[in-house]
Amino acid sequence: MYSAIFSGALHGVLAYMVSVEVDIAKGLPAFFMVGSLSTEVRESKERVSVALKNVGLHLPPCRITVNLSPADRKKDGTGFDLPIAVGMLEALGLVPAGAAKGYLFLGELGLNGELKKVKGVLPIVRAAAEAGIRECIVPKANAREGAVIPELTVRGAENILEIMHFLTAGRPDRDEIMPPVRVDTVSLFSGEGHGKICRPDFGEVNGQESARRAAEIAAAGFHNLLMVGPPGAGKSMIARRIPGILPPLTLEESLEVTSVISVAGLLEEGEALVTERPFRSPHHTISQAALIGGSAMPRPGMISLAHRGVLFLDELPEFQRIALDALRQPLEERRVTISRVNGNVTYPSDFMLVCAMNPCPCGYYPDAERCSCTEPQVRRYMGKVSGPILDRIDLCVELAPVDYESLKNGAGGESSQEIRRRVERARQIQRIRFQGTAYRFNGDIEVSRMERYCGLGEKEQRCMEQLYTSLQLSARAYHRILRVARTIADLEGAEEIGVSHLMEASFYRPSMEYWGH
Amino acid sequence: MKQEEWRERERIYACWLCNFPDIGNKQLHRLSQLCGGPEAVYLADKGKWGEVLSPKQVESLARYTAVWKPEAEYRKMKEEGIEVLTVGDERYPERLRRIPDAPYGLFVRGKLPQPDAPAVAVIGSRECSEYGRYVAKVLGGFLGQRGVTVISGMARGIDGIGQEAALEAGGYSVGVLGSGADICYPAQNRGLYEKLIKSGAVLSSYPLGTPARPQNFPPRNRIVSGLADAVVVVEARAKSGTLITVDMALEQGREVYVVPGRVTDRLSDGCNRLVKQGAGVVLGPESFFEEIRQLWETGKKTSPKAAEQPNTFLEQTQIPGLPKEQAEVWGALDFEPKSPEEIRGQLSDKYPEKQIVTCLMQLCMENLAVQVSPGRFILRKITT
Repeated sequence: MYSAIFSGALHGVLAYMVSVEVDIAKGLPAFFMVGSLSTEVRESKERVSVALKNVGLHLPPCRITVNLSPADRKKDGTGFDLPIAVGMLEALGLVPAGAAKGYLFLGELGLNGELKKVKGVLPIVRAAAEAGIRECIVPKANAREGAVIPELTVRGAENILEIMHFLTAGRPDRDEIMPPVRVDTVSLFSGEGHGKICRPDFGEVNGQESARRAAEIAAAGFHNLLMVGPPGAGKSMIARRIPGILPPLTLEESLEVTSVISVAGLLEEGEALVTERPFRSPHHTISQAALIGGSAMPRPGMISLAHRGVLFLDELPEFQRIALDALRQPLEERRVTISRVNGNVTYPSDFMLVCAMNPCPCGYYPDAERCSCTEPQVRRYMGKVSGPILDRIDLCVELAPVDYESLKNGAGGESSQEIRRRVERARQIQRIRFQGTAYRFNGDIEVSRMERYCGLGEKEQRCMEQLYTSLQLSARAYHRILRVARTIADLEGAEEIGVSHLMEASFYRPSMEYWGH
Repeated sequence: MKQEEWRERERIYACWLCNFPDIGNKQLHRLSQLCGGPEAVYLADKGKWGEVLSPKQVESLARYTAVWKPEAEYRKMKEEGIEVLTVGDERYPERLRRIPDAPYGLFVRGKLPQPDAPAVAVIGSRECSEYGRYVAKVLGGFLGQRGVTVISGMARGIDGIGQEAALEAGGYSVGVLGSGADICYPAQNRGLYEKLIKSGAVLSSYPLGTPARPQNFPPRNRIVSGLADAVVVVEARAKSGTLITVDMALEQGREVYVVPGRVTDRLSDGCNRLVKQGAGVVLGPESFFEEIRQLWETGKKTSPKAAEQPNTFLEQTQIPGLPKEQAEVWGALDFEPKSPEEIRGQLSDKYPEKQIVTCLMQLCMENLAVQVSPGRFILRKITT
């Protein structure tokens, strides 16, 4: 007997439909699996046959052939256990022929027949909806994740027996046996709870006016930010609070973020959608593959997990240079393409880069009282950060050590909520400005369009000229100042960039002088 | 004419002898005295060398002599603009000749030291504060302008800044190196090195091509103080290489002056300790110059009344036409790097930090302040 069951496989953050064909024939007992399979898919035959035995379904001695089509694409993951099992049930005649027609199955089987959570349910269900499939059965742990796609019905199963029972029943009774899971995405994104800041709040940060301001500007224009300061000045504290002042995720963004996290297998059990902006802070020993994405079967890296959120690199000079240099292209293109033997995959990587570093090996430069480093040592330390990465950073701010006074009577500053309100206003202005263009934020403006979006009046032009010579700016620094000045003007709601905006922007310029380049 | 020719021959062999690395200064003196001049040393046999040198050194000198072409090497050296002076040479600096353990030979690149002008060694740490930088610059420039030779070690920090200022003011300066006279160390002072060759001099007692080694610097310091009438320490920590030069200066009977600093400032700790020990104090370039002039003329240390003298250090440059808030922010600046937050505190929260940042950047634009790190500013005093 022969049967064919729908399932899906991942390719990057996208998915494609796979038809799982099972044939059971008379002959010497054997179990063959074909279709360009990786080890974990191949192992599926042991899990399936033992699971079926343990729920009381003994396989007759026969020749079983399983094919996963399209047979020329490499498949991995454990989600094929369930469709294979269902295919065998149908081929053996344990469920009525055609009972599984129009259903997509996905799930990993335990040896006791229990269904376990798998990766990438959201992209696969999404692809199924596009392929015209109307019903999906996934492990219960993944059901809410799949249910955010409104076009199809998603049901969560706990056990292979439950599914057999479901398939044997007539169509009208099925809803009762395994009710469809529903997630109200609209209320998730517009309801009371959404946008409430549950992250640590900016109100807890004492002092550090400049750094707070820089974080606000960076958030408003999606600029990359660098913080320099001695240990304990609050660099990480501020970085952790940045996602809280970015505008809340929209449904569209959330689907992207959830897809990546789901593909990486990091989605919480029973979670439907990620509603908070990601914040990723990898340790500085991270390898290039872990940061960018990679391994033989490509997997999303830290930069993709930080998609639409913040990637925080603490102790920037300590990162491996190759890892940092590999950030250049994703920073530029906002996505990363990984090429391996098994093909190319593209992951989104539209993140805000926030970096922190000490100013010198001991951490106290330029405090001559405490710093024991020599000038060449400081320069060498600064020089460890590669120039091309610094080129992508628009804002640089120095944090002073916190003195006891402000620690004790820490009145705290503005709350994240207030800052976010201003950021959202500035974002709104940018949305209108960039309507119909490829840009979204001021941080994206390219040099060729600088004139158009960051035009200056006569007085401002003169001021920039003087700044250019007295601060010995480079052409790059000049453009960076303009971009940041645009955001500062937007934060104030000003139509034109003014002198004070330029002055403030130039204060935050990351200057090569301090870096020994 | 004959005498001129003889001198030239002496120099050719002085070049040979002084470029031999495996020989100490004392041995050089003895060997030259024993044989009667560099040419005589060249012509002497191994036995004669052996009276001063160890057998190993004799072998080494013989091997070195076998490959050394005195005339060609001398010509090559002259072409590079380098002169060799031995203690016997009348151009050898008189002050240096009188110090104990004076270097036997000197390589000089640039204009030879002037014997008829007062000379001051301006020295200090490599890691210096903006205060030190400012004082070194003003002092070096002031002395250079008034024809005082500024002597130093061409190092990073105080040394180089003082020399640079002296040359810029049209003065004369000597850089004493811890490497060969043809090597620029530190490499970042290449610009200064070139300027010294052009309008000052670099000087070294080490063979040409010697790299800068740590053990070369203490002996170099005795030349720095030896060439000067007085030594000024601008900034030094309690344990600083600069203090070696001070010890040498005292041994050689040179006057020691210091620029005092705040007692809380580690970079001035060494200086303040010297004040405690009785060193002269530099209060202003004018009064200091007066003291040096008298020291040079009478050979005696005097202390003119500083209060009556004008003092360039204290000069407040008034900036006309600066808006009130900018002027106030400017007034709050100092040589200590300050953050906008500190300035706000200093002006008792009169202006919001954003406005202070704007003012600071405007001051930077007018070259009245310098952003020394992403978040700190110092005062820039306009100096000539």
